[in-house]
Amino acid sequence: MDIVVIHALNALLYASVLFLIAGGLSLIYGVMRIVNLAHGNLYAFGAYVSAWVVGLLVARAQPDRPPSTILLLLLLPAGALAAAAFGALLEPTLLRPFYKRAEEYQLLVTFGLLMIIDDVIRWLWGPYPLTASVLFENFGSLGIGEAIYPTYNFLVIAVGALAAVFLWAFIYKTRFGVVLRATSQNMRMSSALGVNVNRVYVQAFTLGCLMAGLGGAIIVPSQSAVLGMGVDALILSFIVVVVGGLGSLEGALLGALIVGVVREAGIAWFPEIELAVLYLIAATVLLIRPAGLFGRA
Amino acid sequence: MSTVTTTVALEHRSPVRTLGWAVPVLVILVALPFVVDQYQTILLAYGLVMGIAALGFNLLLGYTGLLSFGHSAYFGVGAYTVALMVKYLGVTSMELFLVGAIVACVLVTAVFGIACVRYTRIFFGILTMALSQVLWSLAFKFFWVTGGTDGLRVPTPTLLGLVTGKGDKIAFLATAYYYYVLGVFVICTVVMWVIVSSPFGRALQAIRDNEVRAEFVGIQIRQYRWVAFLVSGVFTGLAGALWVPLNGLTTPDIMHWTFSGEIVFMTVLGGFRSFTGPIIGAIVFNYLKTYAVGYTVYWQLLLGVVLVVLVLSLPTGIVGTAERLWARWRAR
Repeated sequence: MDIVVIHALNALLYASVLFLIAGGLSLIYGVMRIVNLAHGNLYAFGAYVSAWVVGLLVARAQPDRPPSTILLLLLLPAGALAAAAFGALLEPTLLRPFYKRAEEYQLLVTFGLLMIIDDVIRWLWGPYPLTASVLFENFGSLGIGEAIYPTYNFLVIAVGALAAVFLWAFIYKTRFGVVLRATSQNMRMSSALGVNVNRVYVQAFTLGCLMAGLGGAIIVPSQSAVLGMGVDALILSFIVVVVGGLGSLEGALLGALIVGVVREAGIAWFPEIELAVLYLIAATVLLIRPAGLFGRA
Repeated sequence: MSTVTTTVALEHRSPVRTLGWAVPVLVILVALPFVVDQYQTILLAYGLVMGIAALGFNLLLGYTGLLSFGHSAYFGVGAYTVALMVKYLGVTSMELFLVGAIVACVLVTAVFGIACVRYTRIFFGILTMALSQVLWSLAFKFFWVTGGTDGLRVPTPTLLGLVTGKGDKIAFLATAYYYYVLGVFVICTVVMWVIVSSPFGRALQAIRDNEVRAEFVGIQIRQYRWVAFLVSGVFTGLAGALWVPLNGLTTPDIMHWTFSGEIVFMTVLGGFRSFTGPIIGAIVFNYLKTYAVGYTVYWQLLLGVVLVVLVLSLPTGIVGTAERLWARWRAR
C-alpha cells in the first residue's frame, strides 16, 4: 500500500513540473500560434539561475552559520524571474518578425534559439551539473507507513497545484485574462476593438517563460541542473500538449497528469519502453483526436 | 498570381543547360581526390551523403509543402539496418546493405506515412517528431540489441564484391568509398530530378500550392503525399546506410529529433525552393559544422546564430540568394 502512495506522489511530482513547463508552452501557442522549440531551454535557464543563486549564498555564508531555509526558499524563484525577463526580451526582438511568415521559419528560428541558449548556459555555468541540494536536505523526509518520502517533494507538488489554480483564476477571472482569451480566439478582431496585441503577446510570452522558469527553479533542489535537460523537458512537454491539446491549459494539466502517471508506472514496471510508450500515446492521441483531448480544432 | 511566382523558382531549366553546369561539377567532384588530401575527400563524402538525405527531405518540404521534424528516424533506420546486418547476419557487401536499408525504410515509412500524411502544418511536424522519438528511445533503451549509447560498430564494407577496405581504412574511404558515394549520389540526384519533373512531382507541387484546387483537378492528395513521404524517407535512409561505413559507428544521436533539426537546417541553408538548394546546403552545413566543432566548444552557439540570421535575412537560402543576385546582375 505504501509503495502505491509513493508511486502516486512521484507521479504528481512529475506532473507538477511538467504542467509548469507544458502549460507555458501551450499558453504561448494558444495566444501566438508559435511552437517555441526553445521553451525547454528556458526551463533549463530557470533551473541554472536558481541553483547558481542558492549555491552562491551557501558558498558566501560562514561555515557555522549556514543561510536559513526560508531565505533560500525566497531566493529560489529567482530562476523563474530570470526566465521571464529573458522571455520579455526575446519576444519583441526575435519572434515578432516571424508571426506573418510561414511556420517553417518560426520553427527554425526557435530551433536556432534552442542551440544558442544551450551554449549560453554552457558558457555561463560550464559543463558541470549545478545543484541546490541544501534546500532539499534541509527539508528532511516524512514517513508514510513503512516508507519515507522527501518533504521537499510535497512543496513541488503544492507549487504545481497552486500554479494551476492561480493560472485558472488569472485567465478566467481577470480583465487581463479576458483580453488574452480574446486575442487567442481572434487576433484581428481584438486588435480592431482596441487591444494592444503586441503588448498581449509580450505578456503572454513572458508568462509562459515565467512558468517554465518556475518549473526549473522548483525542481533544482531535488535534481541537479545539467546540460541537455532543456531538450529532454521539451520533448516530454510536447507529449503533454499533444495529449491535452495545443493551446489548452486544462489539456496541459490533464496531459501532465497522464504523462506523470505513465512515466512513474513505466519506470517501475517497463523501464525499457517507458519513453516509447509515452511517444506512442502522443502519436495515438494525434491520430484519434488531432486537436488533443481538450483542444479546439 | 502568387501560386505562379512560387512555382517559378522550382521550374527546371532545359536539359541542355542543366548538363552545361552539371557535367563540369561532376568532373570537379571526380577529380577532387587527386587534388586535395584524404581528410578533405572524406569530409566531402560526408557532405554528399548528407546531400542525399536533404534531397529526400526536400521532396516533402520544398515540393509537397510538409515540414517533417522526424527525418532523423529514417536516416537512423538506414544506419541501424546496416549495423544490425553486420552484427547478426555477418553481411559485408555494401550493395546488400543498401538493399536492406531500402527495404527497412520502405517498411517503416509506409507505416509512419499512413499516420502522418493525414495531417499538415504543425501537426504533421509534431507527429513525425513523436514517431521518430519512439525509434530513438528504442535504440537508446534496447542496448542489448542496439548497443545503447555505445552504438554499434560497422567495419568497412566490400564494394561491388571486389574492393575491400582491408589494410588502410582511411585510404579506402578517401578513394574507393568516395567514388562509391559519388556514384550513389549521382544516381539519387538523377532519380530525384526525374521524380520532381514527372507528372507525379508536378502534382505534389500543385498540392503544395493549393490543396483544394489540386483535389478538384482529381489528384488524390493523401495517396500522393503518402508516396512522397515514402520516397523521401527512403532517400534519407539510403543516406544513413552510406553514412555508417564512413563514420564506422552508429549511435542513437542520429535518431534524435535534434538531428532532424539539422536536416531542416541544411535544407533551408541551401534553399528549399530550388532543386539543388538542399545539396548545396548539406555540403556547406557539413563544412560549417565540422570547422565550428573544431574551432570552438560553443559551436552550437555559432550555428544557432547562423540559423537565426539566415531565416531573418536570407529566407531563400544560398541558392535562392545567388539566383536573385545573378538575375539582378544580368538585368543590368
